[in-house]
Amino acid sequence: MFHTQDGTVHAVNGISFYLEEGELLSVVGESGSGKSVTMMSLLKLLPIPPAEIVAGTVEFDGKNLLELDPEELRQIRGGDIGFIFQDPMTSLNPVFNVGFQIMEPLQEHLGLSKKEARKRAIELLELVGIPGAADRLNDYPHQFSGGMRQRVMIAIALACDPKILIADEPTTALDVTIQAQIIELVKKLRQKLGMAIVWITHDLGVAAGISDRIMVMYAGFVVEHAKVKDLYKRPLHPYTRALLATLPTEDDEGEDRLKSISGLPPSLYEYPTACPFAPRCEFAFERCQKENPLLMEMGDGHQVACWWDVEKGEPR
Amino acid sequence: MTKHDQVLVKADNVKVHFPIHKGIFRKQVGSVKAVDGLTFEIRKGETLGLVGESGCGKSTAGRAMLRLYELTEGQLDFEGVDIASLDPHALRDMRPRMQMIFQDPQACLNPRMTVGSIIAEPLDEHTNMSTAEKREKVKTLLDAVGMNRDYVNRYPHEFSGGQRQRIGIARALALDPDFIVCDEPIAALDVSIQAQVVNLLQDIQERMGLTYLFISHDLSMVRHIADRVAVMYLGKIVELAEKRDLYKTPKHPYTQALLSAVPVPDPDIEAKREHIVLKGDVPSPANPPKGCNFCTRCPIAIDKCRTEEPELRELKTGQFVACHLAE
Repeated sequence: MFHTQDGTVHAVNGISFYLEEGELLSVVGESGSGKSVTMMSLLKLLPIPPAEIVAGTVEFDGKNLLELDPEELRQIRGGDIGFIFQDPMTSLNPVFNVGFQIMEPLQEHLGLSKKEARKRAIELLELVGIPGAADRLNDYPHQFSGGMRQRVMIAIALACDPKILIADEPTTALDVTIQAQIIELVKKLRQKLGMAIVWITHDLGVAAGISDRIMVMYAGFVVEHAKVKDLYKRPLHPYTRALLATLPTEDDEGEDRLKSISGLPPSLYEYPTACPFAPRCEFAFERCQKENPLLMEMGDGHQVACWWDVEKGEPR
Repeated sequence: MTKHDQVLVKADNVKVHFPIHKGIFRKQVGSVKAVDGLTFEIRKGETLGLVGESGCGKSTAGRAMLRLYELTEGQLDFEGVDIASLDPHALRDMRPRMQMIFQDPQACLNPRMTVGSIIAEPLDEHTNMSTAEKREKVKTLLDAVGMNRDYVNRYPHEFSGGQRQRIGIARALALDPDFIVCDEPIAALDVSIQAQVVNLLQDIQERMGLTYLFISHDLSMVRHIADRVAVMYLGKIVELAEKRDLYKTPKHPYTQALLSAVPVPDPDIEAKREHIVLKGDVPSPANPPKGCNFCTRCPIAIDKCRTEEPELRELKTGQFVACHLAE
């Protein structure tokens, strides 16, 4: 929750998920659906106050991250769990050169000497495909292009061999051809290093290409959670279906209008007592106005939070 | 596809260069060739899609079409009138016929003006309507873009991104234009809202017989809305064709790479697809490579590409390609 002057914003409401070793989980949703807040709260990266983590546990390797003291948490941030942010320009420090920024976590977390750290930094830059790595260590972020900066960010996140990499919309600010380069790079790195990845995106196309599992979020709730193939073949939540339907298709000739979702996402100031998607949902019926559905298991790990069975066309 | 055969806008070798000044005397040392020789025509009632990566000059091209930038070189015909050399007064009389919708609906609306006065501003400037007439016109415009008439006295910050974009569209429609340049009108919006705005643009086009230049980096949206598509790279058009030809049989290696880089929301197709991943970045438009602009990243470049600049030539009816090797 965020306590603001206008009241309390319920950004994320009771989300449970797991991440297996070496797996890629995508979190998909529109802006304001709480996908970034969820991931940042795992590491307490949100300013407290106004933010407050009201309830819940985050277990990582058997430890509850939310109960660790700041020093222990610092060890994990950037050490075991790496973070890539959306905008590489604002997340790199413009007054330090790139080499310093890559070497910093190496010296802090792994206790390497300056010389060793420098060697490792060069390796990392080569790993993420920056040509002339040794010469570019002394360059500043503004001397890199957008795609190259994102590569530097990835190098920093990978510096200490993290077990988990959290990527918050890493390709949103980039052009399609550069996006393709970064996705290719992440796929390759994953094979090589075998870490688990959480990939936050709003692009269902990107998610289709890289994920093992997908979680769809809406207004702070997970509304559907499934393996990639199940989600695209058999979307069960009306929101997921509508999202997929709004995208223009491969053989679109522009004759038909796009399907659109009418209305706007709800305000998050009140804790919802009804299904948050109900006002925009074409299947909404009485029960949706009274009770907020929780995630229900549909078999084979496919979970959906909806009172309506879209396949049978009747209430559950 | 000869639905539209009357030419509305014709660009002939349009160039927009921005000078770079350096040193104590601000001597001009070079120029950024943002738009470097565009030649194309837009026909009445059609939508021409203009796609490319950021920095390729597509927004500059769009603005140049309305002469919001002075052209460095070239001719710009708007229904037979060369607006590139028109004097300011005559140009001002042309303005009502060509309008623009901007990318960022937050930045293009004055936060201190009400919705009503934002939409009425073009009417104040270009017509002699009475206050009552203007009020009536604003209301019909709000109806046209699917917004509540009671919103006239509200301010832009009270609206969401999609609604703000509708206000921007209503303003562009105020003077019943013939030609609208849409500069990335959906880039700042969420997926579910994008579809609403695109549908609105198409509805209005049908109703009012508008001609659009639709600038976007979203290839799948352009495929949906455009009739013909032009692909830009580093200030030049590399390929221009009917939508179907361009997406089914792209001829230029850049178009091919661009199309293959667009992710498809289907895991089965994604798993099987061959991606052409281009190496490197777009070169600086201040210092474009010799020969073909694309030769530094092109997977099939030959020696000729590095020395000789390819002309935009018609490969088959309506499909123009600027590549030595395309067949």
